[in-house]
Amino acid sequence: MTASDRKDTSKGGISAYSSPLSRRQFLKRMGILGGGIIIYFTTGRSVLWARTGRNANIPTDFNAFLRIGADEKITCLTGKIEMGQGPVTSLPQMLAEELDAPYAAVNIIMGDTAQCPWDMGTWGSLTTRQFGPLLREAAAEAKGVLKELAAEHLKSPLERLQTKDGTVFDITAPRKRVTYGELAKGKIIEKYLKDLPALKATADFSIMGKSYLRRDAREKVTGKAHYAGDIRLPGMKYARILRPPAHGAKLHNVDLSAAQKLSGAQIVRDGDLIAVLHELPDEAEKALAAVKAEFSQPRTGIDDKSIFSHLLRSAPAPEIESAAGDLQTGEKLAVKVFEETYLNSYVAHAPMEPHTALASVEGNKATVWVSTQSPFGDKERVARALNLPSENVRIITPFVGGGFGGKSGNPQAVEAAQLSRLAKCPVQVAWSRGEEFFYDTFRPAAIVTIKSGIDKGGKMVLWDYHVYFAGNRGAEQYYDIPHHREAVHGHWGRGGRGHHPFAVGPWRAPANNTNTYARELHINLMAAGAGIDPLAFRLKNLKDQRMIRTLTAAARQFGWRAQKAPAGRGYGIACGIDAGTYVALMAEVDVDQTTGNIGVKRVVCAQDMGFVVNPEGARIQMEGCVTMGLGYALREEVRFRNGEIMDLNFDTYEIPRFSWLPKIETVIVKNDELSPQGGGEPAIICMGAVIATAVHDATGAKPMQLPMTQARLKEALAKA
Amino acid sequence: MNIPIQFKLNNRPVTVTTDGDRMLLWVLRTDLGVTGPKYGCGEGFCGACTVLVNDRAVLSCQTPVKEVEGAEIVTIEGLAKGETLHPLQQAFIEQDALQCGFCTPGMILKAYSLLAEKPNPSREEIIAGMDENLCRCGAHVRILAAVESAAREMKGGKK
Repeated sequence: MTASDRKDTSKGGISAYSSPLSRRQFLKRMGILGGGIIIYFTTGRSVLWARTGRNANIPTDFNAFLRIGADEKITCLTGKIEMGQGPVTSLPQMLAEELDAPYAAVNIIMGDTAQCPWDMGTWGSLTTRQFGPLLREAAAEAKGVLKELAAEHLKSPLERLQTKDGTVFDITAPRKRVTYGELAKGKIIEKYLKDLPALKATADFSIMGKSYLRRDAREKVTGKAHYAGDIRLPGMKYARILRPPAHGAKLHNVDLSAAQKLSGAQIVRDGDLIAVLHELPDEAEKALAAVKAEFSQPRTGIDDKSIFSHLLRSAPAPEIESAAGDLQTGEKLAVKVFEETYLNSYVAHAPMEPHTALASVEGNKATVWVSTQSPFGDKERVARALNLPSENVRIITPFVGGGFGGKSGNPQAVEAAQLSRLAKCPVQVAWSRGEEFFYDTFRPAAIVTIKSGIDKGGKMVLWDYHVYFAGNRGAEQYYDIPHHREAVHGHWGRGGRGHHPFAVGPWRAPANNTNTYARELHINLMAAGAGIDPLAFRLKNLKDQRMIRTLTAAARQFGWRAQKAPAGRGYGIACGIDAGTYVALMAEVDVDQTTGNIGVKRVVCAQDMGFVVNPEGARIQMEGCVTMGLGYALREEVRFRNGEIMDLNFDTYEIPRFSWLPKIETVIVKNDELSPQGGGEPAIICMGAVIATAVHDATGAKPMQLPMTQARLKEALAKA
Repeated sequence: MNIPIQFKLNNRPVTVTTDGDRMLLWVLRTDLGVTGPKYGCGEGFCGACTVLVNDRAVLSCQTPVKEVEGAEIVTIEGLAKGETLHPLQQAFIEQDALQCGFCTPGMILKAYSLLAEKPNPSREEIIAGMDENLCRCGAHVRILAAVESAAREMKGGKK
């Protein structure tokens, strides 16, 4: 056990906590709630920082990880947020497991910066991988404290005590038992978690590894689930903000007189931020329409067609992601060389819930309800914009209606806070669908060039890979190639200005969709050139046993029969690695050669994601990835000209629908020895490639650009 | 011009005095505080704002409030009977037919309307009936399973 400092107060409860700074407030809160055991993570050396690799500017407003109330209720506190991906279910599973508490007794509070431990953001499939172990450690620590308390309470030696279902009992006299709540009652106990407590072995799990239905389902099917736009405060107003018609447009003139005359409308202006506030959102919209504004129109000459040559011209020098051997030697060894260029268009996140925030700024304090993937990041951004100390800003995250990486930044939270301060009332900023498309941080358009070669036996001997603007995730090589180099020019997280006409950012498995599409389609083209079945070609060029197992599992479920492509049958194959997870997809498509339409009939997805906490939850994520991935593969692209976005709603920006659905089969490749890996993103990385390779198999056409629109496919067919 | 408009909302009579050209979505969400219907696109392309008007699914973002004078409106908040969920709500829970949940109210009400018209739909009919409702998380296969399972359940006479 680590150092503990016990205090008796009139009330009780148990909590694992993490910062001396907000300790007084926390103890006060605990007193109100009935007290508790409090476990701190010591600032500066905590396992959290070791895990996240973050060592500079560590925020000190840490909070509790868990709380055990005198009423037997256990509260899990996390800076992660729920946007559909399922931690609302899987984190309580992990906590209940490690604490030996009933799953149903665990409640969860997410993304409230005043209550939850600091967190960088919900992205990168890190919730289960990174936060999960930390939560389990906090639970293990709390369990140790409970046992110490029980030893006193039951007058039994510690080594005779065991925990089960929220109770501690004496193994020699099982009727000597006490519940966690009884132990917590009347006490507040603080602990510093310094060492890593031992965690349960996989073989002892009874809650982790079992499928649980979503915990938030009842709220979501009854309308009780609240999103940022559903929060109401007395005296609140709805804002509509004057927006430019194009990126890069400058405001020249504005005439607010007509808008000012509309009853109930309040104009708020701070420099370029011009907003109309009203008690009704639709009236605010009407008033905004009455604002007469003139903007300069930028003439960049760049559109969604010319963007690729523009990007290549402005590409930064590469960073080498991985390399081995010598490319010239590889080229000499090659009997056949393949050179191709692959293109990806800009893609929108398009969550069903647009960016929304409700801010209440009073004096030097701000509370903001935000649809966010990054509550603690928003807290800093709002504090900076309002020039407030960070601890005076509280971000509360209600349910989030989808994010996919797009809700990492949240300018709407800053806008709402600024307007609330100016207008002296709570203000909601809810982006319209048009604003959502306009201000989205798109998945960057990207280019991949590959020069590769095979020897006489069909072994890959050369791989010279350049990816422009997508980023490095998924660029690293895992095929067994003696002479290779993976060069990364530009990244979704860097260098928007001067390259892209608008903001770009992380999009579900950032960079990996682009890298996997290019790599896997190229592998198929090589297999075809070698006259070898694409699965056999992969297996011949792989030494990585996890990938071989994953591919084999997909092939078994799919019923893959070896045949060299194009075989006219429309079978596709793709594999990849993302967030520590190995994934392999196989698909069957129908191609209408006259219209260029691609019908995806069946997709098999096999995934090795280490130990799986909630198997059904994991399958749902795999299905979600397959379904969402149909979009960027087939239809989704953002069209633009001179900074103007042409696709501003779902009429022209088409996302997957029920009628697009293939039959989806998921296979979990068991790997219980490995700790849980990412599950929310991996399967989507293969969707572009698995359909492109299937189209190639069906027709011999090479789909060199995503999305594979009908027009593009017709062009490719004409060349085939 | 503000006029009094009366209708039944989730089985309770209401009167709102407002401009009749305002869209039902905003009247429900703001004036009446019923936030189950969601704003997703504002132009009738996504179905997140779906409500039932006289048992038929309607896009509330495209429906002027004056058009529902005298009608019976049901939002997701009004579908359960007390604590007893409608079979569709129950099926969505049991089939894990949702992720972020933002499209869920619209999905369930659209399915309700579909099953009212076709109590025994084929999978193709469900797909066609639900196709205008968008979901970004990709819960589609589970939503189809939920609608099928609710249809079977409702044939047993539950409603």
